[in-house]
Amino acid sequence: MVATVETISAVEEATGKYKYGFVTDIESEKAPKGLNEDIIRFISSKKNEPEWMLNWRLKAYRHWLKMPEPNWSKLSIAPIDYNDIYYYSAPKTVEKISSLDEVDPELLATYEKLGIPLKEQKILSGVAVDAVFDSVSVATTFREELSKAGVIFCPISEAIQNYPELVRKYLSSVVPVSDNYFSALNCAVFTDGSFVYVPKNVRCPMELSTYFRINEQKTGQFERTLIIVEDGGYVSYLEGCTAPQRDENQLHAAVVELVAMKDAEIKYSTVQNWYPGDETGKGGIYNFVTKRGSCRGDRSKISWTQVETGSAITWKYPSCVLKGKNSIGEFYSVAVTNGAQQADTGTKMIHLGEGSKSTIISKGISAGKSQNTYRGLVEINRGAESARNFTQCDSLLIGQSCGAHTVPYIVSRNPSGKIEHEATTSRISEEQLFYCLQRGISEEDAVSLIVNGFCKEVMKELPMEFAVEAQKLIGISLEGSVG
Amino acid sequence: MSILDIKKLTASVDGKEILHGIDLKINPGEVHAIMGPNGSGKSTLSYVLSGRMGYEITGGDVLLNGESIMELEADERARSGLFLAFQYPVELPGVSGMSFLRASVNSRLRERGEEEVDQLSFVKIVRAESKKLGISDDMLKRAVNVGFSGGEKKRYEILQMALLKPSMAILDETDSGLDVDALKIVSEGVNLLRHPDRSMLVITHYQRLLSHIIPDKVHILSEGRIIKSGDKSLALEVEENGYAGINDAA
Repeated sequence: MVATVETISAVEEATGKYKYGFVTDIESEKAPKGLNEDIIRFISSKKNEPEWMLNWRLKAYRHWLKMPEPNWSKLSIAPIDYNDIYYYSAPKTVEKISSLDEVDPELLATYEKLGIPLKEQKILSGVAVDAVFDSVSVATTFREELSKAGVIFCPISEAIQNYPELVRKYLSSVVPVSDNYFSALNCAVFTDGSFVYVPKNVRCPMELSTYFRINEQKTGQFERTLIIVEDGGYVSYLEGCTAPQRDENQLHAAVVELVAMKDAEIKYSTVQNWYPGDETGKGGIYNFVTKRGSCRGDRSKISWTQVETGSAITWKYPSCVLKGKNSIGEFYSVAVTNGAQQADTGTKMIHLGEGSKSTIISKGISAGKSQNTYRGLVEINRGAESARNFTQCDSLLIGQSCGAHTVPYIVSRNPSGKIEHEATTSRISEEQLFYCLQRGISEEDAVSLIVNGFCKEVMKELPMEFAVEAQKLIGISLEGSVG
Repeated sequence: MSILDIKKLTASVDGKEILHGIDLKINPGEVHAIMGPNGSGKSTLSYVLSGRMGYEITGGDVLLNGESIMELEADERARSGLFLAFQYPVELPGVSGMSFLRASVNSRLRERGEEEVDQLSFVKIVRAESKKLGISDDMLKRAVNVGFSGGEKKRYEILQMALLKPSMAILDETDSGLDVDALKIVSEGVNLLRHPDRSMLVITHYQRLLSHIIPDKVHILSEGRIIKSGDKSLALEVEENGYAGINDAA
């Protein structure tokens, strides 16, 4: 813990406002810019992929070409030139390493700067980490210990080679190839991501986490994560994301699929802190992400927790398909926007199974000139006898120039369903601020205190190790928002 | 040297002058009371002194421990030892009482260059102080002022005063909304905090608080001016004749 705090403060000193805005000077190998079938073949061969995988990608690509870009969100997006992006970039030195000692020291230093020590002996909190740098996974820690428990935790590129039957069975079984524009694009060009498999009745002995880092210029990051938990298993997984400060927009289009079988539970947490761009809206990451979980078995449970503070644009709706009887879906979200950031985020709870339950707690905080939209769907289908949903959407406004929007869609096809929706919009009152100031608390600390209080119900869902980090992050994201 | 020295203070709210030249000196250890009818400027005075936004000093000066605080922001004034017990303590939903209290105490300690207090020892200090004020553990676990009764809110203000150890404490209508028993507990809490190095300014409408917290001096505020000052017997005079009687005398 002490080491982490030290590295974080060192980075703060080194980089100023956006704490993770530095660039690692490292040699990389890139595919030529642009997107066509040859690039996809290049990626596939770089990854040593089997024929079926290549064909799957090509099929997705051909489908993508026919799809229109979605425009239904409340986002204003500058046109993206998909041929002006590098779809593959890898640090030159990471190929075929067998231990962390062979990882480029520059890379290790980068992760150290981010407060993510990859050297196992340095990890005190017992969290296994997979680190993805641009297009490839550079290190995965604690693999041996996990494999003793029967848990597979590895880069997805490795899983395609070593566990093809699992990958073929589950890949795109939750998010179909043609699901949406960005997920189709991801299928065509994804380069890495994490794969987790938890066998029957195994409780994963530690938190798993992946840290995504975009380093190269004009590089898109397209990661693919697949998590499968068999009957009675449990896993808690966390992802964190950062990128250097650059003037141009960078594209991040990930797909995450979760499968929970009978009595299985998956807890998926995200702390998203991609570079948000500057105050005027220059630069920043376009974060177009498709995340979906399938509660396939009876009494299965999937819980999404997200703290979204970064990115110029966030377009993200982690969802649950509640197929199993008495299955449970949860969505806890804090989305903070400041400056010129835009977020359109929420969830979809699709109730298919009898007695399925879902809970949605969304906290949106807007400051500066930002726009923050909650968009959510609750759908109770015919067979979902006695399904229940509870939704609570709260928005907090800081300043006069920002916006908060709530767009709930509610569909009930079964009269026994019960849906509750509560929504509030509030401001940090001058009274609250003055009360804190009068106690000697500075204005910035007061805002952070009040905002963290506002988000408390969500923050308590985060794994302990990350709750403190997330709290600080919210404070940092709102710096300069008052006054 | 006096702890608080108010010199010819004029102040306005929304461009309208509310305080028309206040002079008041409070020496170390003294407890002064300001009494006055509604609209006399009592609460304005407490907000002007503590630096609330929108309460503008238009003339005169205020010295705290010999230094002018006019240029200081509200949080800086608080850290220099000025404390305001609110008439209507503010709710902070979701903000845990312990982290709020610790943040305020640590901000003071940092200001003085002293070491911040860690969580464990802080909990012990808070528990000890809470006991004196009859504040339950359950109340400490709740969010700041959320779901507190009127009496609980006032006790919580006094708890904060006990923890922050201000040199100058302003109590704004601390008796409002309290029943007899609650008034007694709160007053006893305040009396325990009387100290040769600490001065207090008790703002109240009624005399009843001053029979529990006995002041050294009483001032009558009317229409933004102190129209009469005296000892504790002045409060009894108000009780008997009302503010109108004082006005007539002045």
